[in-house]
Amino acid sequence: MQLQKGMFRKEYFWKWLISVCGIIMIVITIVIGAFLIYKGSYTFTGFGHSIGEFLFSAKFSPNDSYSGSNGSVGAAVFIVGSVLTCGLALLISTPFSLAAAIFMTEISPKFGNKFFQPAVEIFVGIPSIVYGWTGLTVLVPAVRDVFNLPYGNSVFTAALVLALMIFPSITSVATDAIRGVPSSYRDAAYGMGSTRWQIIKNVVLPAASSGIMTGIILGLARAFGEALAVAMVIGKTRVFPKNIFSSTSTLTSVIASNMGNTFDGTEYNSALWSMALLLFIISLLFIFLIHFISAKGEKKANGKD
Amino acid sequence: MGDTSNIKFKIQDLNLFYNSFQALKSVNIEIEKNEITSLIGPSGCGKSTFLKTLNRMNDLVEGTKVEGSILMDGIDLYREMDAILLRRRVGMVFQQPNPFPKSVYDNVAYGPRIQGIKKKIELDDIVERSLKQAAIWDELKDRLYKSALGLSGGQQQRLCIARTLAVKPEVILMDEPTSALDPISTTKIEDLIIKLKEHYTIIIVTHNMQQAARVSDKTAFFLLGEAVEFGVTKELFSMPRDKRTEDYITGRFG
Repeated sequence: MQLQKGMFRKEYFWKWLISVCGIIMIVITIVIGAFLIYKGSYTFTGFGHSIGEFLFSAKFSPNDSYSGSNGSVGAAVFIVGSVLTCGLALLISTPFSLAAAIFMTEISPKFGNKFFQPAVEIFVGIPSIVYGWTGLTVLVPAVRDVFNLPYGNSVFTAALVLALMIFPSITSVATDAIRGVPSSYRDAAYGMGSTRWQIIKNVVLPAASSGIMTGIILGLARAFGEALAVAMVIGKTRVFPKNIFSSTSTLTSVIASNMGNTFDGTEYNSALWSMALLLFIISLLFIFLIHFISAKGEKKANGKD
Repeated sequence: MGDTSNIKFKIQDLNLFYNSFQALKSVNIEIEKNEITSLIGPSGCGKSTFLKTLNRMNDLVEGTKVEGSILMDGIDLYREMDAILLRRRVGMVFQQPNPFPKSVYDNVAYGPRIQGIKKKIELDDIVERSLKQAAIWDELKDRLYKSALGLSGGQQQRLCIARTLAVKPEVILMDEPTSALDPISTTKIEDLIIKLKEHYTIIIVTHNMQQAARVSDKTAFFLLGEAVEFGVTKELFSMPRDKRTEDYITGRFG
């Protein structure tokens, strides 16, 4: 057999091109992480604040100057704000997402495939500014009127907007997970005289649980990282919320609304970078959690548990 | 019901359509209690379809239409009985072992649980009895709480039989239960089937004619949706009345 001319040159060229593209992506991720650590740690190394102050103090008044540590960088209000809004958003969104996923797969697959899924996919594509603006225009006054509040900007409003935004993420991952449950499980359960609801509750959902958890964490990660829409409706006050109907700030909303007003390298600027680093670490934790859960699910599926 | 007759199923003029395709053509068969009836025939001949009419699993396939009647203990399955309740009386074992991704215990306890049995002592009892009946208790008693998916294919299939027995059915339908298994597992399952005959009526679809000859009392030969011949297994294999049956069992097609 005669070798084609230049065959090996092409082989190596493509191999290298693909390898380089792949490696560049890994390098970029590492560089972003390193840059965040470099920028974010300056609050502690350069201005001498403690990590304890940053995480647990509620006093946030950093100076927009290079000189020194007479300001304070406590981000506890924002951390609590983020956790509260995202937790609430998840509580609102998960039941709807699960119901939608079950409806699309188990109850009405035909209608689900044709209309429901495309509708959910459209949700994903809507830019967050549109969610935020709609929230500001529709939900803020609505929340104010329904709950009889002086202002409609609140943790609850932000959670509603976030719930709407993460609904499609959770729904589509949960739908895939439920679709992935082998139909032989359903046959077996039907063959023993189960009703449809018994099959969903006792067979399908447990078998899909690790995939569903992955969807929920993915939704949580998206909610945690969302800045714009939240900043528009949460009210941006820098105090702990008294209840879910009072306003506060989140890590992302503070960064988004203040990053343009600080000079690079000042105490204020560094404090914002520290928050960005914190967000980065949190999202890494979420990703580890997803891997952990899916590895566990796989182990269960192979019967090694 | 007045158990005077020995007939479990009386199938009269059964026609079944998948949309416009006729999968069963006026099938008339009587299946007796505590007998093993095997259904043989080439692929796509309707034997599995027929099997699934007996517990109305075909209801789940869209576009299925059933004509004629199937009487179980004299009661019409399709007109006078609820499909869910019927399936608790007529259990099914599938071609591929399909245990749930749960522990051995939870697999067997699934059926009793959906019927509302919650007491641990009662469930323990049913699980042990069902696994013993399926001749797999000794192999599994030390790993009741481990995942059923870690078992071998043969063990999984016997577990599935135990799971079916736990529902306390009167009839067990088996759809090529050994076709995915090795010869040793197959032998174990065949022995088990013969043993189960004492308490259950068993109907088994098989591709394997030796298997039909080994285990069954009666055999029905299906071809193109028709029950061509039905009779005592020994007679059907030694002296087939129909030319088509003879051609099939002597290996001229199939």
